[in-house]
Amino acid sequence: MATQNSRSAARLMMAPAVVLFLGWMLIPLSMTLFFSFKKFLPLRGDSLENGLEWVGFANYTRFVGSSSFWPSVTATLTIVAGVLVITVILGILLAILLDQPMWGQGVVRIMVIAPFFVMPTVSALVWKNLFMDSVNGFFAHVWRGFGAMPVEWLSQASMPSLIVIISWQWLPFATLILLTAMQSLDSEQLEAAEMDGAPVLSRFFFIMLPHLGRAITIVILIQTIFLLSIFAEIFVTTGGAFGTKTLTYLIFQRVLESQNVGLGSAGGVYAIILANIVAIFLMRIVGKNLDA
Amino acid sequence: MGRIVLNKVTKKFGDVEVIPPLDLTIEDGEFTVFVGPSGCGKSTLLRLIAGLEDVSSGQIQIDDTDATPLPPAKRGLAMVFQSYALYPHMSVRKNIAFPLRMAKLDKDEITKRVEAAASVLNLTDYLDRKPGQLSGGQRQRVAIGRAIVREPSAFLFDEPLSNLDAALRVGMRLEIGELHKRLATTMIYVTHDQVEAMTMADKIVVLQAGVIEQVGSPLELYKTPKNTFVAGFIGSPKMNLLTGSEAQKHNAHTIGIRPEHLKIVSAGEGWRGTVGVSEHLGSDTFIHVKCEAFPDPITVRATGEVDIRYGTEIHVAPDLTHLHRFDDRGLRLG
Ligand SMILES: Nc1ncnc2c1ncn2[C@@H]1O[C@H](COP(=O)(O)OP(=O)(O)OP(=O)(O)O)[C@@H](O)[C@H]1O
Ligand SMILES: [Mg+2]
Repeated sequence: MATQNSRSAARLMMAPAVVLFLGWMLIPLSMTLFFSFKKFLPLRGDSLENGLEWVGFANYTRFVGSSSFWPSVTATLTIVAGVLVITVILGILLAILLDQPMWGQGVVRIMVIAPFFVMPTVSALVWKNLFMDSVNGFFAHVWRGFGAMPVEWLSQASMPSLIVIISWQWLPFATLILLTAMQSLDSEQLEAAEMDGAPVLSRFFFIMLPHLGRAITIVILIQTIFLLSIFAEIFVTTGGAFGTKTLTYLIFQRVLESQNVGLGSAGGVYAIILANIVAIFLMRIVGKNLDA
Repeated sequence: MGRIVLNKVTKKFGDVEVIPPLDLTIEDGEFTVFVGPSGCGKSTLLRLIAGLEDVSSGQIQIDDTDATPLPPAKRGLAMVFQSYALYPHMSVRKNIAFPLRMAKLDKDEITKRVEAAASVLNLTDYLDRKPGQLSGGQRQRVAIGRAIVREPSAFLFDEPLSNLDAALRVGMRLEIGELHKRLATTMIYVTHDQVEAMTMADKIVVLQAGVIEQVGSPLELYKTPKNTFVAGFIGSPKMNLLTGSEAQKHNAHTIGIRPEHLKIVSAGEGWRGTVGVSEHLGSDTFIHVKCEAFPDPITVRATGEVDIRYGTEIHVAPDLTHLHRFDDRGLRLG
């Protein structure tokens, strides 16, 4: 099939895409790297035309040295882990529920998927103002209804609140992927297990869960990629206060609020490293589900 | 033990009655085959016995106790599915051990029983493979292994051989027959292949549209089919069913004559016709003959090789001692 000829033709035709893709990736990456070694404070008159001062690893040491660095790494990982746990567990339960034949199945499925179509900014605003507001929010009314003091969700329980908001956003994605996997489970396997004397819970753990293994892996990997760079939800709700400042948010503050492009770029490089560490970890733990 | 009694069992899917009231007794140790055309309700009946479907009315007794309200696991039956339904992420060993693990047997006992089953089924070398790495016949044997380790009171098979090639099917047919002789456990076997039914069964149940047409031993069904449906369904090639003036000569609406009971005779005797296609099997030759007396061609069996050309004239006569007569409702006469 693949003769010498057709292979070189294939390479030639693929070349534009590869070049474009490399440019797409490499240009921002190398600019980030470039800026991270420079002193670049636009408000103090630094600019590319005047030439930027080379500062070596000063930006890197300052970024790590800042008191907000380690908390931001912890915050990032907490959000990723919290959302993953909630979406995977609830996603599996919802997928099982939606897989049952029931009245109005089509409508229910669309409603479950709906949150995914809401823009992150909008959903965060809805949660912040309609649900979690301590005066007029829905929860405040419920709390008062029970005679309790309304909770200041976004300041007193900022991290759990944020995790709930983001989980709500991502639950449809997890449910959708897990539901399609669930539908591909051969019902005869479940019936065979039933005949073999496996009660409901055993059928879930021995048959369904292993069958869903690959789908769960995919959900975890894809969500992690997106969750590491969560931004809008934090910007809209807490603005990075109350311990919800993630690495992404910290970089944003360094570049835009303190107008220090060099320091922000160094943060960006750290973010890339963190993402890779997480990715390697995940691949080690769950990646083996993907082969075979 | 494994005596199964169905008492006025019916099954409806919505408004459609797939099984009208049905009575059937399967004796302990019997190899019973349900046979019938596609869609006649064989699988449904088997699943009702297994407990995977609820009966709409009626009662199922297993060993003289009412099993109708029992869940599948409590009925003490084992089932082999058409798709085998092996657990793909478990090794062969784990697959076979699964029912024992669910029954909470201790580890040594499980190992012992799994290995015994594997050696009976020639699976010892494959115990650590996943089902995906096995051939169709091996998968089939794993499915049977998973069924036998539990020592059930009866086995249910739903077309277990239909995914295998012809040669393997013959082999597995013998193996299942062998297994039945050795275990002497009740087996219910569903198939739409009447050859499987004839070769394996102690008792055949012929179904059509959820109704039992006849129950009996293979030879009973062969020799005295109760009606034209059974007559046409059992036996290969099919019995010739003839209507019209020839049938009236025998005071019947329809007469049936099997291909092996038709003789080629010399000119002037029997029915005149022309030779159509003939199928040479070596041991037998099946000749399709277009007779003037009947609209449809009839099949004639000649033993050994016969030199007969397409289109030549031929005369055939029935062996009148083996003539089957049916009335206008298709029921057997005399
Ligand atoms: N879950 C169901 N809902 C509605 N109708 C069904 C259902 N299962 C089976 N049927 C109907 O019941 C009838 C009998 O089906 P069944 O599967 O028992 O046939 P079968 O004899 O096993 O056929 P085959 O040889 O093709 O497997 C069919 O007409 C089928 O359409
Ligand atoms: Mg069937």
